[in-house]
Amino acid sequence: MAQKRDAAIVGIYEYPLRVVGPGVSSLQIKAESAAKALEDAGLDWKDVDGIFDTAEGGGGGLGIAEYLGLNPTYIDTTALGGSSFEFQANHAAQAIAAGKCNVALLSYGSTSHSDMNAIGTAGPGAGRPNIFTNMENPWGLTLISGYAMVKERHKFQYGTTDEQFAAISIATRRHAMRNPEAVQAMHDLEFVDIREITTEDVLDSRVIAYPLHLLECCMISDGGGAVVIASADVARNAKKKPVWIIGTGEATKYRDNTADITVSAGAQSGPIAFGDAGVAPSEIDVLMAYDSFSITVMTLIEDLGFCAKGEGGAFVEDGRLNFDSLLKPTLNTDGGGLSSNHPGMRGIFLLLEATRQLRGESTSQVVDAQLACAVGNGGQLGARHSTAVTVLAAD
Amino acid sequence: MTTLRPQPQFPEPDTEAFWEATKQHKLTYQTCDSCDSVIFYPRRHCPTCGSADTSIKESKGEGVIYTFSVIMQSRHPAFKDLGAFAVAYVDLDEGFRMMTNIVGVQDPVNDVRCGMRVAVDWQDQGDGHVSLPMFRLL
Repeated sequence: MAQKRDAAIVGIYEYPLRVVGPGVSSLQIKAESAAKALEDAGLDWKDVDGIFDTAEGGGGGLGIAEYLGLNPTYIDTTALGGSSFEFQANHAAQAIAAGKCNVALLSYGSTSHSDMNAIGTAGPGAGRPNIFTNMENPWGLTLISGYAMVKERHKFQYGTTDEQFAAISIATRRHAMRNPEAVQAMHDLEFVDIREITTEDVLDSRVIAYPLHLLECCMISDGGGAVVIASADVARNAKKKPVWIIGTGEATKYRDNTADITVSAGAQSGPIAFGDAGVAPSEIDVLMAYDSFSITVMTLIEDLGFCAKGEGGAFVEDGRLNFDSLLKPTLNTDGGGLSSNHPGMRGIFLLLEATRQLRGESTSQVVDAQLACAVGNGGQLGARHSTAVTVLAAD
Repeated sequence: MTTLRPQPQFPEPDTEAFWEATKQHKLTYQTCDSCDSVIFYPRRHCPTCGSADTSIKESKGEGVIYTFSVIMQSRHPAFKDLGAFAVAYVDLDEGFRMMTNIVGVQDPVNDVRCGMRVAVDWQDQGDGHVSLPMFRLL
């Protein structure tokens, strides 16, 4: 089966600051990122005919076209949490393949840190009542405790240890230390001990919601970025080697009376994406897996078929996930949401680093990286969430 | 004084009957008349087959902890005075899973485990308010 080469990532940009202060808005972050990503692609502002936006930052889907001054003939405001950008990249590839779009712009900008959004710990908010809030608000659940419940069941059901979960944080931090923007991020966000970390460091870090430790939880930064995806005709004339979107998959899942909380929607979308791409998980060189928490990564590694369900603990031990490991796949070479960038939604950064790897531009470059996989997870793992998978190939 | 916990709010047609029943300390769930599936959260249709014909049943209020987490210190005004407290999913013997708190434990991190059997422990929220079905260890 011939590999699809209909649409490619041709331009990327990661907004460098993780603390922007009150003088910068999320819309401004998006506009700057969009301009720089188009420059990276060698394209002009007016070349954009498709806009993909999660409508945070004001103005909604209608506002983004106005703010940027663009006139799209394709628009998609899919918003399913942090995974939105994988859903949008997938939709862009499909629109381009159908001839409905030539140059798609995805952008993200957030001031979650400067706004002091207590995303993980705030507990139930106010707002118009619905079936979900009425059944959930009285119990004091926080976002982090929801993820912690998945980790606890994973430990109970499979015997996964805290040490094995820590391996995810350790590999990610090692990659972050090699990424100057991630190191700066940790300084600006006042991390203690900005260095490679050990199992003891992770297990000694404060328990936020048992059994999740601080060093298993992502940061809340400011930031953003943009991705430009184009048709094959445009891609072949782009400034840099195109990174082809060769397979896509999407799914959602939610709490249910007899559901296995340790299985995510990735168990459904992963096989769809790999089937679409015509590649097996074992062929993937670089895995950009949404790391809101260690348990998110553990779950996605298993559900996407890198190993059997429940065997993620053994799979991540012994340094496999490092960029210079002889085994595949390598994990989160930018430093992840754990140690580099997570302004509330992280999906776009998965696409950016996967692209760097397949262009040969990463700060933790995997030798001869040919295939990458971006797995976005949004919402509440174990409860209502979405998992979209984008499989990418080097030119 | 501890702020009252966030209360279910109405009108909201799917869960109103469930919460009304808690005022009499009744823990209720639904079953589908067409396919016998257990339905929870309560709603107007069966999520397994789509039927609109459902019945309300009363649970004995006993089950098993499916999983839990301990929030070490909440910043939310209604929960900050609790110190460390457990949120959990409990699988009731009748076949439905609900979110709740585990109460009556001194040290939730060490006292609570997946698989423990529990029974409902009603926490009245005051005159005219609902009662919250929490669970204590058996």
